Amino acid sequence: MADLAPARGEVRRQLTGLRISDLLNLCGAGAAAVALTALISSQLAPVTSPLGFVALAAAIFLALYALLVSLAERGVAVRDRLVTVMVHGLAFTVLAVLVFIVVFTFARGAAALPHLNFFTDDMAKAGPLDPLDVGGIAHAIVGTLIQITIALVITIPLGLLTAVFLTEMPGRFARLVRTVVEAMTALPSIVAGLFVYATLVLALGVPKSGVAAATAISIMMLPIMIRSADVVLRLVPGTLKEASYALGAGQFRTVRQVVLPTTRSGLTTAVILATARGIGETSPVLLTSGFTAAMNSDPTSGPMVSLPLAIFQFVKSPEPTMVARGFGTAAVLMLLVLALFVVARVIGGSNPLKKDERRRAKEQARARRRTSRSKRPARLSSLSALAREHAAAPGGSTPVKHTPVEHTPVEHLPLEPSPQEQS
Amino acid sequence: MSATMQAPRVQPEVPRDADVPRPIGTRRSLGDRVFRAVLLCGGVAVLAIMGFVGIFLFLRAWDALSQAGWDFLTTQAWEPDSGNFGIAAILVGTILIATVAVVVAVPFAVGVALYISEYAPPRLRQSLISIVDLMAAIPSVVFGLWGFFFLQGHITGLARWLSTTFDWFPPFQVPGSDPDDPLATATVYTSSTFIAGLVVAMMITPVIASIMREVFTQAPVGEREGALALGATRWGMIRRVVLPYGKGGMIGGTMLGLGRALGETIAVYMIISPVFAIQWHVLANGGSSVSSLIALRYGESTPFGMSALMAAGLALFLMTLAINFGASSVVARSRSGASS
Repeated sequence: MADLAPARGEVRRQLTGLRISDLLNLCGAGAAAVALTALISSQLAPVTSPLGFVALAAAIFLALYALLVSLAERGVAVRDRLVTVMVHGLAFTVLAVLVFIVVFTFARGAAALPHLNFFTDDMAKAGPLDPLDVGGIAHAIVGTLIQITIALVITIPLGLLTAVFLTEMPGRFARLVRTVVEAMTALPSIVAGLFVYATLVLALGVPKSGVAAATAISIMMLPIMIRSADVVLRLVPGTLKEASYALGAGQFRTVRQVVLPTTRSGLTTAVILATARGIGETSPVLLTSGFTAAMNSDPTSGPMVSLPLAIFQFVKSPEPTMVARGFGTAAVLMLLVLALFVVARVIGGSNPLKKDERRRAKEQARARRRTSRSKRPARLSSLSALAREHAAAPGGSTPVKHTPVEHTPVEHLPLEPSPQEQS
Repeated sequence: MSATMQAPRVQPEVPRDADVPRPIGTRRSLGDRVFRAVLLCGGVAVLAIMGFVGIFLFLRAWDALSQAGWDFLTTQAWEPDSGNFGIAAILVGTILIATVAVVVAVPFAVGVALYISEYAPPRLRQSLISIVDLMAAIPSVVFGLWGFFFLQGHITGLARWLSTTFDWFPPFQVPGSDPDDPLATATVYTSSTFIAGLVVAMMITPVIASIMREVFTQAPVGEREGALALGATRWGMIRRVVLPYGKGGMIGGTMLGLGRALGETIAVYMIISPVFAIQWHVLANGGSSVSSLIALRYGESTPFGMSALMAAGLALFLMTLAINFGASSVVARSRSGASS
């Protein structure tokens, strides 16, 4: 919910500035590291795996780069450069691995995805040895849609009601509810599945079915949704609510006509994010929905399979076609999650408060560019430019940067005292 | 407020026609009272559901717990129907997997968080945040696929190197491996706690990174500029301003990631081959976790076996609960305040 964090009046300075020597140092150290690693791995030590090669090259690169920088700079600057390179390296490694996971899934599923029957058929008539133009995952898509719909029908009203309760009727009881909800976000998903399996399926005799699976998903989604909706609702400016009360509106009218419309986009985002989490849950569904290869659109009776469960079942088989189906299903599931995320972004982006904030940031940036263009004669390294600005004019030179930006409700967002003030 | 309202009472000798502040009481309309009752019902319902889950788990687990007694915590076996069961081995396995995951994930998460908040060009920042958030929502079964079909085959070299180079470190020893035999099979290194931990690390890195990133960006601009004005380099500023400011968030984020790692089921279930003895050798084949045990055994359980699984689930829940509460109190007490 970072999007709704209160905007700060101050704007951080951008520290940039790349000199030609920095670039040359980087390139030189990089080339030397690759060459040295190639030499070592081919002549001296048996480094066969690509992973080992990259790790060795990275270590050599860091050492060489430190050496190169230390020719011209002092120790403090050398440490700064080293950390810069390391942070970039770590960040790009993580992003590369995560992107690779996505690409890997699509690449392995590419065999199954072009077949139209993959999306329109179920697996009832397809055996493990059948080629990919027989059978598909229509039953899993339908199952996922039905289960998530039931889960949403349960969680949206209950979740919103509770979130409104937490913000509108604060008190000791609300605090207890909030604590319990927070505790339930720690519930491992398999335990939620086990709970539904033991109560609904074993004790109450409900068969393993879509309803049981949807109940298990709801138990996972409910705390996530309440928490994020609670965060959004707490950000409603107090002035708005007070204005409504001052006009004589009651609490219900204030909530319905002021609080909910103000937070509509944030609440939608909360719902969609909870949906994205719920759609990918495998372990609760594994215990509660049962498994079938045939289409079943009746959630109350008979096993009903969902996308994550279908993936799990497909890849258990040693047959390459089944594994390809599993990866294809995973690609479909990821596309679904991605689509939900994009929708959440688009809706979350149309928040009026945020739009105002963005417009203001843009104006400030423009103003800053105007002043800096007139002041800065040429490319300077960041710190000296900064120092020069400060030294040149204590008052008049950069008034735009510190323009106080009040007079919008965004500034008054935090309704609750911050933790320091409480203690 | 209260001072002005009580003022008339302490001065009774005011003339009758003087202005006296009227006591202000709100009488809620009927609609509002109904509305508040409905809200209260919602709160009570959620409390009831959530409380019921906890209480029910405890009640169902009681059968097994009362029979096993304290041995439940020390036995390394899972044969509930012959009365010989305990979570010593699987709890240690769960903690080992989570430890590997956190040890691997935290440096990467700090790197990602610092990159996004301090180094990335501002134009890229928003999209990077979205990407990390999106990665946090990738279903765990997809990570499991990647771990099983890709990582498992490519990581044995690293596992072999670790176990031969650091064989003075007991957890890295692999019984049954012979580094001098060039034809030795790699299967002693597969399906290990280490590989499962790596996959879980990839799952929790975005979660930890997004919390840390949020705290880092909140570090006050004034203090940053103060450090820079005193001549600090960017790293000096990060070390003296951003990291101390975000310490609470870093600890809290790590603990939340640990909580996720402890409860992870499917990815671990797909990779690990279960053993029910304490497996200290993280690089060696075999391991266990509470959640994969439940996924493995729920179907073939007698009512008593079910109760034993419930007890294992309860132990896991209590552990993640303690970690989550610890995390939120650390985050709330830190200077950066509650961030998520």
